[in-house]
Amino acid sequence: MSDDTQVRLASLVEGADVMLFMKGSPLFPQCGFSSRAIAILQHLGTEFESVDVLQDQDVRQGIKAFSDWPTIPQLYVKGEFIGGSDIMMEMYESGELKELLVEKGIVPAA
Amino acid sequence: MAMDAHEIEMLIRAGLPDASVEITDLAGDGDHYAARVTSASFRGQSRLQQQRAVYAALGDRMGGVLHALQLTTAIPQE
Repeated sequence: MSDDTQVRLASLVEGADVMLFMKGSPLFPQCGFSSRAIAILQHLGTEFESVDVLQDQDVRQGIKAFSDWPTIPQLYVKGEFIGGSDIMMEMYESGELKELLVEKGIVPAA
Repeated sequence: MAMDAHEIEMLIRAGLPDASVEITDLAGDGDHYAARVTSASFRGQSRLQQQRAVYAALGDRMGGVLHALQLTTAIPQE
């Protein structure tokens, strides 16, 4: 990964409280796993930003090394890598994802 | 490109010898799988670390020939 890509990825993950690297857009996800990630974030009622990795090969390959994670989607909260869609689903079902967002002051507790 | 369920199981067990591995072919097309991996070596690890250990066993196949793997990790019950 080039230094440029590294810097870009760092600024992307820091650029939003909740950032999802995905295939496609929230309106038109291009893969079932990305679609599931979007559904979870929408259920939690959190605002989020997304990056469509299909639009940028440097980001698509770079994010895998950056996060040390081989698959897309990838969720970052406040600059911290949380996991892919399976971890998101487990954390959603157990209530941990909501707790995390509340703890970070991203969604209200109620 | 696709992978055989048995091959996925063998690879995971090569990396995590104590693991029990259940593979489900989700779509019946040899391309969309779910894996449930239970291993005592996951004890004390976060979900991220557990899944990274499985991904490490699968090497660069993950995201390559193996494009869709729904992954669940668990620690064996006492």
